[in-house]
Amino acid sequence: MNVERILINALEAGIGLETVVFALAAIGLNVHFGYTGLLNFGQSAFMAMAAYGIGTTVATFDLPLWLGVIFGLLAAVLLALLLGIPTLRLRADYLAIVTIAAAEIVRLTVRSVTFEETFGGSDGRQGFSNDFYSINPYPEGFYGVGRFGFSERPIWVLTVGWTLVALSCLFVFLLMRSPWGRVLKAIREDEDAVRSLGKNVYSYKMQSLVIGGVLGCLGGFILALGRSSIQPDIFGTETTFFAYTVLILGGAARVASPVVGAMIFWVVLSLTDNVLNEAIDAGYVSTSIINNTQVGQFRFMLVGLSLMLLMIFRPQGIFGDRREIALDAR
Amino acid sequence: MRRRVAVALATMMSALVCVLGLGAGVAHAEGESIFGFLRNAKGGDLVPVEGAKITVKGPGVNETATTDDTGRWTVEVGKPGTYTVTIDQKSLPKGVTLRNPDADSLKVPVVESQDKPVLFALGKSTRVIQSKWAQAAQLSAEGLRFGLIIALAAVGLSLIFGTTGLTNFSHGELVTLGAIIAWWVSTGNLPLSLPGYGGVNFLVAAAITLAIMGLIGWANDARLWGPLRRRGTGLIAAMIVSIGLSLLLRYLLLYLFSGSSRAYPAYRGQKGVDIGPITLSPADYISMAIAIVVLMAVAYALLRTRLGKATRAVSDNPALASASGIDVDGVIRTVWIAGSMLAGLAGILLGIAQGINFQIGFQILLLMFAAVTLGGLGTAFGALVGSIVVGMFVTVSTLVIPAELKNVGALGILIIILLVRPQGILGRAERVG
Repeated sequence: MNVERILINALEAGIGLETVVFALAAIGLNVHFGYTGLLNFGQSAFMAMAAYGIGTTVATFDLPLWLGVIFGLLAAVLLALLLGIPTLRLRADYLAIVTIAAAEIVRLTVRSVTFEETFGGSDGRQGFSNDFYSINPYPEGFYGVGRFGFSERPIWVLTVGWTLVALSCLFVFLLMRSPWGRVLKAIREDEDAVRSLGKNVYSYKMQSLVIGGVLGCLGGFILALGRSSIQPDIFGTETTFFAYTVLILGGAARVASPVVGAMIFWVVLSLTDNVLNEAIDAGYVSTSIINNTQVGQFRFMLVGLSLMLLMIFRPQGIFGDRREIALDAR
Repeated sequence: MRRRVAVALATMMSALVCVLGLGAGVAHAEGESIFGFLRNAKGGDLVPVEGAKITVKGPGVNETATTDDTGRWTVEVGKPGTYTVTIDQKSLPKGVTLRNPDADSLKVPVVESQDKPVLFALGKSTRVIQSKWAQAAQLSAEGLRFGLIIALAAVGLSLIFGTTGLTNFSHGELVTLGAIIAWWVSTGNLPLSLPGYGGVNFLVAAAITLAIMGLIGWANDARLWGPLRRRGTGLIAAMIVSIGLSLLLRYLLLYLFSGSSRAYPAYRGQKGVDIGPITLSPADYISMAIAIVVLMAVAYALLRTRLGKATRAVSDNPALASASGIDVDGVIRTVWIAGSMLAGLAGILLGIAQGINFQIGFQILLLMFAAVTLGGLGTAFGALVGSIVVGMFVTVSTLVIPAELKNVGALGILIIILLVRPQGILGRAERVG
């Protein structure tokens, strides 16, 4: 077993592309679920809006990347409005069902053969990130200490990604300190009380849905640019639930918890993946019990189990306050 | 219907191949060549097509041949390799078309000193011999079958929601479990080796599966959801727990069952039986009959038996039901057991209809939600009506929209229904938010 490589991989996963993507997705969910108590199960659709926003704009229509970013943001806002209008007046579980349905609609549509010319079918889109890498300020080379580090392309994505994470956290921090944020938290605690104070609960929920969706879609941009390719099945329901696990692990309704949650989440997944793979390669674990392709399945089981255990035994996660989590549908 | 078409097509093909075989005997080309006969099937006769242009492209060859008065064309390609043979559809005489207009280009491998025959099937497309109405009837029957299967699963989902308030995202995995356990038990390919066990008759296996599903339902309530209720776990927390359980079970099943799709050996390749314009396999008819009988039994139990009345009372108002002397926990336990067995049955029937894989339940989970919401959240009869509507809609809509987008249509309808009638078709008009 190569302990050094396992540890380096885990460290890199802790600040790597997935961590950034899921931190951003979870920051958006934090605005929805943590602060407003909205159960959005369609965060992957917001990420898909961003990713396909740039993917189709650049790869299909041959327009510049910045226009794709604008289209992606607009699509995310539009999706939030479309989802919010029928459901925000209804009970929390309706929003959950509609958002998860919408996410599947988006995924099935972009992967369909019918729209293959626009969205690329199940192969998705490639070759849209040249504009992004052409403004890479890092010269060619390796950035890191010893074997830990990244080459010039990932480090550029990570720089942009972590900047966005920091800005998003600052934005959420300032928002939630403002009177507007206090109204959101009040809606989470007691919607009727807020309504009786003369606030338009519907409008506040809609604003929260839009803001959280846009923050989540930033994760979609980073994912698309970091991989330089997108496939529709990245945006399945599992992605949303990974983001929920990240959020609940860190603790909902805390500004920094999605970031810490994402780091722990991906370090743990990287460790289990690598340790299992190395153990299989070294023959410590018989391939009749688990082989290398099944390691990926084990990851999903682990996430499912931790989501259950977290929610049962520690719904406030690491940093949260149990009294602040929207655990009951009203 | 589809099977009949396939038989007709096969006969046609073999007839054409015979003609080609004859042709191959006549051909005296030196080295390698690609040739063929273009003959249009017209009222049982094969009429040669003259003057059609066929282009052969490949390594060092780009040649166009024209068919002669016997419909024959030949291109000498000179060496072995893979060639692309394209027929110019515009050069075909009036009234003659390719059977499949998209198949105008074929890739053919040619080996050493071979005279390679290439066939372009002409004539009316045999695929569209069905009228729209016959298609609609066939799809309605398939839709009804699908709707009944969804109904079996959705009734349990709806009853569990009604009595406990839990939106159970792991209900799809109960469906999958039913399908997969039945496959394990009937074929004897258990995930754990059990020496001397070689599988049993499918019906026995189905009965064993339902018993196991009852146990799983009991365990669900006794070991997980019951204790959570007593702890006072909130509904949203419980919903997220069910998502975790769904992920865990789904990938556990992937691990145990593998990602491939399988079928029950007992029902593989059954011959279709026609009733009017509808062709379904005997297993399909029996599945539908079983589903109808079981659903009617559930309806009877809910309306007429003490337990059923108690269930509806708990759905209405658990606190009041408890105060009236109803054993609420007992009712919920029964609902879990019955709901899981129904889901398991749905899984078995779905497995017969479309084959088994590790996520057949998850794939219909959202349709179940759509059905339950459409009918009215928490009402058992609403779930029934909603399921039939969703099943029919999903299947019949393939008449006008591509099959791959059928679920998109159903989920879109779900969202629209929530806009105009959030309480569903049979739900009481009350404030739900």
